[in-house]
Amino acid sequence: MLELFVYGIVLGSIIALGAIGLTLVYGILRFANFAHGDLMTAGAYVALFFVASLFPSLGVPDTRLAPFSFGWRMVAAFPLAMAAVAGVAVLLDRVLYRRLRQRGSSAVMLAMSALGASFIVRMVVLILWGADYRSFYPGVLRPAMKLPLGVKIRPDQVLILGVGAILVILLHLFLHRTKMGKAMRATADNPELARVSGIRTERVITWCWVTGGALAAAAGVLYGIDVQIHPGMGWNFLLPLFAAAILGGIGNVYGALIGGLVIGVLQQLSTAFLLPTYKPAVAFIGMILILLIRPQGIFGPRE
Amino acid sequence: MELGGILAYLVSFAIMASIYAVFSLGLNIQWGYTGLFNIGIAGFFCIGAYTSALITSPMPQGIYAQYVKQLFGLNLPFPFGLLGAALVCGLVALLIGIPTLRLREDYLAIATIGIAETFRLIFNNERWLANGPRGLMGLPQPLEGLVPSEYYNYLYLAIVFSIMWVIYWAIERAIRSPWGRVLKAIREDEVSAAMSGKDVFWFKMQSLVFGSMIMGVGGALYAHYTKAISPDVFTPLYGTFIIWVMLMAGGSGNNRGAIVGAFLVWGIWIGTKFLTDLLPYTLKARAPYIRFLIVGILLEIILIHRPQGLLGEEKRVSRFIED
Amino acid sequence: MSLLEVEDLRAGYTEEVDILNGVSVQVEEGEIVAIIGPNGAGKSTLLKAIFGVLKPREGRVTFSGEDITGFPPEVIVRKGMGYVPQVQNVFPSLTVQENLEMGAFVREDDFSARLEELYRMFPDLERRRRERVGRLSGGQRQMVALARALMLDPKLLLLDEPSAGLSPAMVSVVFEKIREINGAGVAILIVEQNAKEALRLSDRAYVLAMGKNVLSGPGEELLENEEVGRLYLGG
Repeated sequence: MLELFVYGIVLGSIIALGAIGLTLVYGILRFANFAHGDLMTAGAYVALFFVASLFPSLGVPDTRLAPFSFGWRMVAAFPLAMAAVAGVAVLLDRVLYRRLRQRGSSAVMLAMSALGASFIVRMVVLILWGADYRSFYPGVLRPAMKLPLGVKIRPDQVLILGVGAILVILLHLFLHRTKMGKAMRATADNPELARVSGIRTERVITWCWVTGGALAAAAGVLYGIDVQIHPGMGWNFLLPLFAAAILGGIGNVYGALIGGLVIGVLQQLSTAFLLPTYKPAVAFIGMILILLIRPQGIFGPRE
Repeated sequence: MELGGILAYLVSFAIMASIYAVFSLGLNIQWGYTGLFNIGIAGFFCIGAYTSALITSPMPQGIYAQYVKQLFGLNLPFPFGLLGAALVCGLVALLIGIPTLRLREDYLAIATIGIAETFRLIFNNERWLANGPRGLMGLPQPLEGLVPSEYYNYLYLAIVFSIMWVIYWAIERAIRSPWGRVLKAIREDEVSAAMSGKDVFWFKMQSLVFGSMIMGVGGALYAHYTKAISPDVFTPLYGTFIIWVMLMAGGSGNNRGAIVGAFLVWGIWIGTKFLTDLLPYTLKARAPYIRFLIVGILLEIILIHRPQGLLGEEKRVSRFIED
Repeated sequence: MSLLEVEDLRAGYTEEVDILNGVSVQVEEGEIVAIIGPNGAGKSTLLKAIFGVLKPREGRVTFSGEDITGFPPEVIVRKGMGYVPQVQNVFPSLTVQENLEMGAFVREDDFSARLEELYRMFPDLERRRRERVGRLSGGQRQMVALARALMLDPKLLLLDEPSAGLSPAMVSVVFEKIREINGAGVAILIVEQNAKEALRLSDRAYVLAMGKNVLSGPGEELLENEEVGRLYLGG
């Protein structure tokens, strides 16, 4: 049981990274980004492209970094994937959401457009890579470390926790110590007052997509390092992402962090008596329960 | 391809398009008239198909019982299958509506995704229910013995087409009634509708239930056309997304639009097959993805350049002011 | 040349109905000008239309000689005008200091001097600089709202019902603060439901009704005016 809990935290960190991006977008742009899961997929596949295609052809060395399952290529691919998906997210905004925004389209229309975008992203991945499950480093053994209390954890998973923590800290510094970060929080609080103060909303929105996209990509790559990647992975994360964001209070970044960890643990604990494929359903039931009991989430509504 | 072949092809096309039109009509009640953002159509598709299948199939006997497991098998005629599909879907809609209809539209949407996913997972993993991933086969077709089997599709087309028009007519009557006007008022401005004393929740529930019942009928019609169903048929793409594209293309808020959209988008879908048939061999495996990419891009183009769809929203008598 | 000149402004929230039906207003440098009138007269709408939150359909707004009609808020705020909305006029999840920093968003340089100036003017806020504004009382929030708008040292401040929702004691404090701000050289255009206080405060005032000018004159005169007294000052 403890081991399930520990792995739940690992999975939860991945969910949290995705949920944070989702909740940021919701707070600033006020719509449910159904494409967020597929941004995770995009991140994983961009990393795969670098690690398995581009870098080998460029002759980039790949000395394995024991005790992890990956080599230098992944270290380089990780930030590149984040940057690429940040770009994809901004592109989607420019081409799709911004036009709808300028027309005053409702949140539902934006969500529908995001739904379409999620399928488009997934189809592109399917066209370029096919439907198979892939590993970043196939065939690499991944022995587990033994921790006290009989808990086994792989070094990769410890890294996921570490990277997740670093990203969250960086995000915190960004949101609280930089001008743009504060402007993003201000816009999420009160978009009209932000305009009145001279904040250019479109720039804030661009940065919002950069941040959300980068975090989603990170989540996708980390998941791929831990498990495997496949084109449907992002869609399977949609329910946990939304459940986490809603649990934490939609729009609240720290709520999404906690929410992600909780949903991850719940999902893992459920495998003690349900098949693992039911994990999205577990997240969904959790979400329904929150919506029934405390719809504003743990940390309450954004004012 | 001789005339007989072309005709047969057109008939299959028309059957599928009509089945999808039924789904569009159901979605139109929920979205077009009431503003409910239902992204879980695949769930009702799945339940309707399976319910009808189980009602119209016999329980497996003898050797078959080892290979095919199902919860029940009533071996009743086709109309019972349709009826059962509609009722079960309506019941499911009622149950899921209770916790979710009071939610904001986008929360409702994610809830519908969850429901569809959950049902798909259940049907896929619980073998005792409906044979799990292998699904059910050999489903009976209505009035099978009436015509020689090579002409059966013509008969089925007539059946599906009639059902589609009956549903269309029923919805048109309902929409023009006071009930329909309340739905429209709720979509336009829920707050005002609530303040004028209408029980908004109950109206939304009715819309959800009736729309879902129609979707259940669509699922049943599909099952008896293809004669075999399994959980992987009811994916978000084939079972939900394409129907949304159909409704948005045809014109949400317009029943004729729902039908036109279904035929149009199914035609585009079939058309893309001809395109991808031209692809070099190496890309052939990717054909379905390329086709769906085209459909996805089509939706985005519609949302940006013509969100009202081909036929636009129905202009109705009474207080609908167009500018 | 007036600091602010509004000529025959027409504006509304929907295509069909205009709230402002041709309003004209002037504010000279260093003045306090009040806008009073019944509910729905278009007072708040006037401020929004001046500041670009709402786009005017017809008419002209001139500021320091420049035609700024229909300019968006992000541009107008850079020209030396500030605006404090009636409701939701702070960033509740940001600290006091961060709220002020957002007020100075358009400045690229170091504005810590200005920040200190404002803390001197609002000592209560300095004590609370790291507190989240959402936790402050209504009166304190109003002070934050004012201070935020002052960060760019505007020549003209538009205030939308600063007394709304405040206790009478707090209203006096707020109005005292407005006098102080004006004393530092900032012209004020204030919309108020609390007509008496507004007229006592202001140099001149306009009475608006149904989106049109009805009366105007020096504050004291209007205070004495019987009709005004009857209609707007509660007898």
